[in-house]
Amino acid sequence: MSDRPTVAVAMSGGVDSSVTAALLVERGYRVIGLMLRLWNEPGTEADNRCCTPDAMALARRVAARLEIPFYALDVQDTFRSTVVQAFIDGHAQGITPNPCLVCNRHIRWGFLLDRALAMGADCLATGHYARVRTAEDGRVKLLRGMDAAKDQSYVLSILNQEQLARTLYPVGEFSKPEVRDLARKYDLPVASRADSQDLCFLGKGDYRTFLARNAPQLAQSGPIVSPAGELLGQHEGLANYTIGQRKGLGLSSPAPMYVIGKDVGRNILVVGPEDALGQRALEAGGINWISGEPPAGAMRVQVKIRYKATEVWGTVLPRSSDRVRVEFDQPLRDITPGQRVVFYQDEVCLGGGAIQTAGG
Amino acid sequence: MNQAARTYLDYAATTPVADQVLESMLPYFSQVFGNPSSVHFYGQQAEAALEEARHTVAELLHARAEEIVFTACGTESDNLALRGVAFAQRKSKQRAHILVTPVEHHAVLHTAHQLAELHQFEVEELAVDEYGQVDPDEVRSSIRSDTALVSVIYANNEIGTINPIAEIGAICRERGVPFHSDAVQAAAHLKMDVDADRLDLLSIGAHKFYGPKGVGALYVRRGTPITPTLTGGKQEHNLRAGTQNLPYIVGLAEALRLAQTSVDDRAQQMIPLRDHLIGQVLEEIPRARLTGHPSKRLPNHASFVFEGVDGNMLLMLLDSEGFACSSGSACKTGNPQPSEVLTAIGMSRSWALGSLRVTLGQATMPDDVAAFLKVLPAVVQRVRKLA
Repeated sequence: MSDRPTVAVAMSGGVDSSVTAALLVERGYRVIGLMLRLWNEPGTEADNRCCTPDAMALARRVAARLEIPFYALDVQDTFRSTVVQAFIDGHAQGITPNPCLVCNRHIRWGFLLDRALAMGADCLATGHYARVRTAEDGRVKLLRGMDAAKDQSYVLSILNQEQLARTLYPVGEFSKPEVRDLARKYDLPVASRADSQDLCFLGKGDYRTFLARNAPQLAQSGPIVSPAGELLGQHEGLANYTIGQRKGLGLSSPAPMYVIGKDVGRNILVVGPEDALGQRALEAGGINWISGEPPAGAMRVQVKIRYKATEVWGTVLPRSSDRVRVEFDQPLRDITPGQRVVFYQDEVCLGGGAIQTAGG
Repeated sequence: MNQAARTYLDYAATTPVADQVLESMLPYFSQVFGNPSSVHFYGQQAEAALEEARHTVAELLHARAEEIVFTACGTESDNLALRGVAFAQRKSKQRAHILVTPVEHHAVLHTAHQLAELHQFEVEELAVDEYGQVDPDEVRSSIRSDTALVSVIYANNEIGTINPIAEIGAICRERGVPFHSDAVQAAAHLKMDVDADRLDLLSIGAHKFYGPKGVGALYVRRGTPITPTLTGGKQEHNLRAGTQNLPYIVGLAEALRLAQTSVDDRAQQMIPLRDHLIGQVLEEIPRARLTGHPSKRLPNHASFVFEGVDGNMLLMLLDSEGFACSSGSACKTGNPQPSEVLTAIGMSRSWALGSLRVTLGQATMPDDVAAFLKVLPAVVQRVRKLA
């Protein structure tokens, strides 16, 4: 055993995690490569870019090139019972959860971090585009990745101080083109591999057809009504619609209609005109403040209401240690219960939580 | 990868090629390179070496040279034995019943399953006891008039148990049924004698006894009904087409000679070390059990199950500590399915997933075992905490 710090790298056979491992080897860490075997819907294995035999062989070749040990960890059962189940349950409740957040919480910074530490690692590194900094008071901060277009701090906003203190994001300091250049510089066999998709367990499939297979009750048709309760048409299963959606409603009303709500209990889709859509506030719960404690009072923040949403300005009003109200400067038309709201102050990701209700 | 301060305890998976073996092979790559089937000088040189190797192997197994077929590995030998005999028996005698055991290597078991699925053979599995041992009486009562072949593993790779091959062989001989045994593990450690054991077919693979990977042999008793499964030229008495891999065949013969002529010495060296290892593990680690027979087991083979342990994780942690071992369900992609062998001997899932196989070799020193025993209890404890 050596005195060098040991870091476990979550490898996927992709460019980002491969360069992560290479950078850490170059910096003198003792590096262990770990690859997660996640669950796929049977039959879609070949379409999943992240844990196919092909991706595994690639990750193995990268590890051999870097002369680091490499192990595969099977987490299919846990992934199915946490990440995939939460996805199905969320949709069954009419909310739209982001599985990557659940995966980061339960799988990467749960299952994987536990095992990395048991193997003698001091910390875990992943290929996410984000940065961690330790402030003078010893607190660890989560910062956006240098490449604004690739920033993944949103899906890491569930992490706490203890987890972040044991986390490294080497590629977060670079832009994606720089990372590809590094892959070429290190002569890694992955330099030209395409980026992975968001919902790995769906493969190339569509989440709607996935839900139709795995939660058939969500594919039951039902009424489309106006806010006043007027019957306007029939929907094809609530899972097929998202808040703010206009296309594909099959309505023949004079003004364009938008999805403004879902009543899962009665299987009703509520639609309205554009002006019914905008909401100036939301309530969120289960808030994770990365610093470990909520702000003392109201605070001006930049807000993201979904992973790929444009950031907007607003004010966050702490209600309790893990509940907030957020008031936006401008109305937003696609506030979606179940999605995660994440707060920033410039470069710093402050944390976030699950949107519970819009408006109010 | 760094090999310093590493201890290899996975000799049942494979062994390094012995210096003497490697030396014996070297002339046959570029000096004596002829095709043994050629008429000319080069061919004659190669053929002479090939037949010399065949003679050596035959003598060591107590067989005749014409009964030795060289193959590419133990798995291929098993495939040829099962398919070759099954097809020949059905064609000549309309026999289509095959008896195997649930503790066969996949090379036998999956071949038998394919014969059942694609070729309508009836495959029956003999019962085994808690040590994974086959009862000869069970064989006697299971043989039918249409039994085409009996195949029983000589010594199991996962749990090390040695089967009563000679007794089973006597029964098969008496009933006129060809008897095959996969001796891929056993040939490295036990005296082979196809006559004493009444064997009609015996599979071996060189890399288990300090020979090269990529070469094996099948003993086929003269008169055994068998048809080739790799068709083409007339090599290997018309049973295995393809130009012979001469350097590797020479290596196999030399490796088998070294192994078979030192069986007793090696057993004397390893059995005390093995028994010390087993005793200490069972004493020091709570909720640990030995798998396989306590005494009728391979001299270098110790195998365990630990309740509530993720076997794959155990191997990873041991590797981090510098010890290379294996589990019953060794699978690098880490799909946690309990092994068929452990299931067959009645191990429940919570035990079977936590399997560990430690196999000693010529280079294993008492210090290596002591160092291993020093880290194992703590590592098991660490893995248990993760469950």
